[in-house]
Amino acid sequence: MEQPNLSYIHSMSGGDKSFEQKLIDIIKGEFPEEKKIYYENITAKNYKLAAENVHKLKHKISILGLEKSYETAVTFENNLLEDRTTLQDEFESILIIITNYLQQL
Amino acid sequence: MNCIIIDDEATARAIIAQLCSNVDHLNVLEEFPNAIQAIKYLNQNEIDLIFLDIHMPDFTGFDFIETLKNPPKIILTTSDSNFAIQAFEYDCIVDYLVKPITLERFQKAIKKANAKTVTATGLDSSEKVETTSGNDLYVNIDRRLIKIDIPSIYLVEAKGDYIHVKTESQNYTVHSTLKKIEEKLPNDLFLKVHRSFIINVNKIIDIEDNSVLIKKDVIPVSRSNRPELMKRLNLL
Repeated sequence: MEQPNLSYIHSMSGGDKSFEQKLIDIIKGEFPEEKKIYYENITAKNYKLAAENVHKLKHKISILGLEKSYETAVTFENNLLEDRTTLQDEFESILIIITNYLQQL
Repeated sequence: MNCIIIDDEATARAIIAQLCSNVDHLNVLEEFPNAIQAIKYLNQNEIDLIFLDIHMPDFTGFDFIETLKNPPKIILTTSDSNFAIQAFEYDCIVDYLVKPITLERFQKAIKKANAKTVTATGLDSSEKVETTSGNDLYVNIDRRLIKIDIPSIYLVEAKGDYIHVKTESQNYTVHSTLKKIEEKLPNDLFLKVHRSFIINVNKIIDIEDNSVLIKKDVIPVSRSNRPELMKRLNLL
């Protein structure tokens, strides 16, 4: 399984450490909220709303350099829009990996 | 350029603001997590550019654009490339950035926005009445200024957002209004005979009741314009 990294954030910052920290803090604040809402919607079988949540989460997946995981999220989002949950386990594994990574930062 | 950022995701707003901070003369005036707040702001403030997320709950980026009477330049930002075709339906959209936005791609979008700024005062529209110089009238057609000899114009007809300019040798379709071209044409030669027609008085062949014949075109003369037309004629 691929691991998150800060390559994209470094490329954005141009060496500006305060920006890097600011962005990490924003992601650390926003990601758990989005994840929580996703789990609420997927548990309640509100698949269209869950697709909205995946849509937002996939941006963070890409920011953290998870290219293959991003593709999984895109497909999962489309599945949800068609009321299917195929790739749910794979997607939720990605969320766990990101959660663990953010805790280390 | 003064800009605002509209995106429901704080992470996206922070990245765009950071990218903007690296561009000279690009000032981020405000950031909004939804379009409704931005509409209120735009009612009281003028800005040059909007970075606009398409995919927002309740009120999408496209819904937002539809509410604007005179939209400024807009760069769409989205995680979804599926909206690209819809984006091209709006003249105000100068570019379409797919997240995660890279520095290179962002700079390219800003160049496009700047280019649009230059053309907005000059060669923006595909066709426009531009200026007169002596006996010549220049019209902007496909980013080229085409010279028309004014005395050779015998008829100008309004057609919606366009005007048809007919000359002895050629006809031109120009994105402009009858009012604008009327201001550019000499009063002693041209007369508005109807709300949709300006004629060259010297090119009249004959007049019958409420119409004039110019070349092969029969042009209606409105009742209110008829006295002025009659004054211009050298009646025996």
